[in-house]
Amino acid sequence: MTGCLELTNVSVSFEAVEVIRELSLAIVQGEFVAVVGPSGCGKTTLLNLVAGFERPSSGSVECHGQVRMVYQEDGLFPWATVTENIALGLRHIGDRRERKRQIGDLLRLIRIEGFEHHYPRQLSGGMRQLVELARALAGGSDVLLMDEPFSALDYLTRLRMRNELARLLSEMPRTAVLVTHDIEEAAQLADRVVVLTQRPARIRHEFTISTPRPREPTDFAVVDAVRRILAELDVESGTEASTK
Amino acid sequence: MKENTNTARALLLPALVAAIFIALWTAIWRAGVFHQSAFPSPLAVVRGFGLEVATGRLLNDSVTSLFRVTCGFLLAVALGIPAGVWMGQKLSARLAFLPMTNFFRNLSPLAWMPFAILWFGVGDAAAMFLIFLSVFFPVVLATMAAVGTIPLVYFHVAQNYGLRRFEKLTRVTLPAIMPQVITTLRVTAGVAWLVDVAAEMIAGRDGLGFAVMDARNGLRTDLLVVEMIVIGIIGVLIDRLLVQLTNVPSVRWGYER
Ligand SMILES: Nc1ncnc2c1ncn2[C@@H]1O[C@H](COP(=O)(O)OP(=O)(O)OP(=O)(O)O)[C@@H](O)[C@H]1O
Ligand SMILES: [Mg+2]
Repeated sequence: MTGCLELTNVSVSFEAVEVIRELSLAIVQGEFVAVVGPSGCGKTTLLNLVAGFERPSSGSVECHGQVRMVYQEDGLFPWATVTENIALGLRHIGDRRERKRQIGDLLRLIRIEGFEHHYPRQLSGGMRQLVELARALAGGSDVLLMDEPFSALDYLTRLRMRNELARLLSEMPRTAVLVTHDIEEAAQLADRVVVLTQRPARIRHEFTISTPRPREPTDFAVVDAVRRILAELDVESGTEASTK
Repeated sequence: MKENTNTARALLLPALVAAIFIALWTAIWRAGVFHQSAFPSPLAVVRGFGLEVATGRLLNDSVTSLFRVTCGFLLAVALGIPAGVWMGQKLSARLAFLPMTNFFRNLSPLAWMPFAILWFGVGDAAAMFLIFLSVFFPVVLATMAAVGTIPLVYFHVAQNYGLRRFEKLTRVTLPAIMPQVITTLRVTAGVAWLVDVAAEMIAGRDGLGFAVMDARNGLRTDLLVVEMIVIGIIGVLIDRLLVQLTNVPSVRWGYER
C-alpha cells in the first residue's frame, strides 16, 4: 500500500519542550489532508516526523512509499537552475532522454517554459513555489508534504497557486498533507481538515469535506466548511474566555 | 547616453587623479624637498622602467614572484578547503583543531621567516612556505564557518531526494559555501602577494621583493619605484582575476539578494 501513512500515539519532545502529545492520524492513499493550528504548535515537526527528519519520542510513524516535502522556507537549491532543481527529483531515471522528456513535461505543466535555465533568485515567489512543487512531484513520488507553501505570497497569487496545486494533483494524483494557516485554502483543497491544539499538539477537531475536488473558493461546500471550522475555533476561544 | 557618459567618467576621472598625482610628484622633486638621491623624478622612473624591461629582469622577477604565489596559494587552498569542510562537519575535529588553527591564523606568517630560511634556505621554497601559512589558516576558518551556516533545509532536501554521502558533499555542501569561499580567496590572495614580496626582500635571491632590496642597496631609487609600481599593478590584476570567479552563474546567488 504505497502512499498511505499512519501515526499512532506519537509524542515528540525537544529537551523540556513537549511539542506533540499522543497524536494519532491515519491517511489513506490519494487522500488530501490539510493541517491547521496555531503558530508554533508543532505542524512542521509533524511533517518532519513523516519525512523521517525527526524521530518520535514515543509512538510509531509508518509511511509507505517515497515522501517529498515542499518547505516553509525556500527549499530550492539557489546554486542550481530550474532544470537542475527539477532533475533532482528524477535522479533515479537512468535514461537521459527519458529524464529530459519528463523535465519538459513538468516545465510545461507548471507553465514556466522559457525559464528552464534561470536560477531561483531570478523567479518570482510564486514561480519558485511552482518549481519546488514540480520537483517534489517529479518521478512519481508517493506522498507530497507541504509546509505552508504559499504563506509568503500575496492573496491573489495564493488563490492562483491553490488552483495550480489542485490542477497539478488532478494530473498527478497522490497522497498529500498540507500545513497551512489559511482555512479557506484548507477547505478548498482538502478531503479532510485536521485542526491542532496549542502546543503540545493534539488533534482538536477533524472536518471531512465530502464534495469531490476540485472545488472553487466560492463553492457552497468550501464556504460551509470554512464556516464550520471558524465556528469550532470560536466556540473554543469562547469557552476559554468564559473560564477565565 | 547615460551609459556612455558614465564610461567616459570612469576613464577620465582616474586619469585626472593620476595626472594630479604625477604633477605633485614632479613639484616635490623640483622643489627639492628631499635629497636628489632619495627622490627620483617621474622621468627617471620611466627611463628605469625601459632599462628593466630591456634587460628582461623585470619580466624574470615578475614570473618568479607569480610562480611562488601561485604555488603557495594553490597548495594552501587545495588543503585548506577540505580541512575546513571537515572541521565544519565534524564537531570533534572542530573541538580538537579550532584553537590551534586560531592561534596560527593570528600569528603573523612573517614571524616564521627565520625558520623558513633555516629549513628551506633562500629561494622558492621559503617564500612558498610563508605564503602557504598566510593562506591556509584563513581559508580553513572561513570554510569551516561557511559550512556551519548552510541552512538545514538543504540537507533535508538532499535526504528527501536520496543524495548519498559523496553527493551531499558535491551537490550541497560545496556549492553552498562557494560564494563565501571565493570572497576568502580574494582576500587571502591579496595577503599572499604582500607576504611574497616581504619574504623575497629578506629570503630571496630573485623576485620582485628581492629587486626592491637590490635597488635600495644600489641606491637606485628610480628602479625602486619601478618595482613598487609593478608590484602594485600585479596585486590589482590578481584580484581582478579572482573577481571573475564571482561571475560564475552558479555562485551569483551568494552576492545578490
Ligand atoms: N529542533 C528543535 N529543537 C528544539 N525545539 C524545537 C525544534 N524544532 C522545533 N522546536 C520547537 O517546537 C515547537 C513547534 O515547532 P514547529 O516548527 O513544529 O511549529 P509550527 O507549528 O510549524 O509553527 P509555525 O506555524 O510558526 O511554522 C516550537 O516551539 C519550536 O520552538
Ligand atoms: Mg512551521
